[in-house]
Amino acid sequence: MHIMEGFLPPEWCLFWFIVSAPFIIYGMYQMRILIRENRETLPLLAVAGAFVFVLSSLKLPSVTGSCSHPTGTGLGAILFGPFITSVLGLIVLLYQAIFLAHGGLTTLGANVFSMGIAGPIVGWAIYKTCTKADLNTYVTVFLAAALADLFTYVVTSVQLALAFPAESGGFVTSFIAFATVFAVTQVPLAIIEGVVIALVFKYIIAVRGEILTKLDVLSASAVARLRGAMA
Amino acid sequence: MKYLAEIAALLIVLLFAGSFIVVLNTGEHEWGGADGEAEDVIMEMSGNSYEPWASPVYEPPSGEIESLFFSLQAAIGAIVIGFFFGYYYRGRQITTE
Repeated sequence: MHIMEGFLPPEWCLFWFIVSAPFIIYGMYQMRILIRENRETLPLLAVAGAFVFVLSSLKLPSVTGSCSHPTGTGLGAILFGPFITSVLGLIVLLYQAIFLAHGGLTTLGANVFSMGIAGPIVGWAIYKTCTKADLNTYVTVFLAAALADLFTYVVTSVQLALAFPAESGGFVTSFIAFATVFAVTQVPLAIIEGVVIALVFKYIIAVRGEILTKLDVLSASAVARLRGAMA
Repeated sequence: MKYLAEIAALLIVLLFAGSFIVVLNTGEHEWGGADGEAEDVIMEMSGNSYEPWASPVYEPPSGEIESLFFSLQAAIGAIVIGFFFGYYYRGRQITTE
């Protein structure tokens, strides 16, 4: 999903910076409040960020014969919501842009939008909806994380198709071409990411379920029930 | 079932790994990065006329050094995850004893 340095026309770079900036600013504000008022959630915040670090560094082969990487943003989105997750995404994308020539500083706004904002919003919305619908918690986490990952790549395809519409067929033809490269490759990887995050979620419930209640992620009764199932 | 989630996860991972037996037998693949492939599509869509207008501030001089930075990224993340899970796990044991 990394749009390489220089591979997005300047006007689109600017556009995505403007779109992403409010999310980052509000995310930083939310993070400040969280750290000040809920200090015991700090380790969990670090873990959510660390998952973005680890998963986005793993380039996995896919059934299409090419390689891509998961995003790892699903966990942060479920635990802390999309705004704080956008800040976590920004940190990782900065690291990769500076040390790895992966992504870029000019395309940072666009990449933050796809990986740090659009994906996490989808993951967070799916988690909230399915939790309300009383779906199995692990299935919910799986869906949220997998679709956050997949949607990130769909958004990258949209961003590139907007900037580079095909000469014949325009946006749609171009979108299909980019989505074939990105989204199709990503399907199996998104499933793997969903599985990993669902398992991690189980262990978080096991070691510190009460923090999830504090963060308004799971009700106290749900934590107690899920813990009962582990005994 | 206490370990249902683990068993399901293991099966899906095995299925993912197993799928490559099929993929490897259906022609040649380059296993290149999707990000790089997208560059080719950009060139195709713009009729080979697009000129990247910026270049990376720093580029790892070789594939080896690039993999160093990727490993470093994974290692930093893994240390943080391991440390805090350990911290939480011990904390819970002490308070429940």
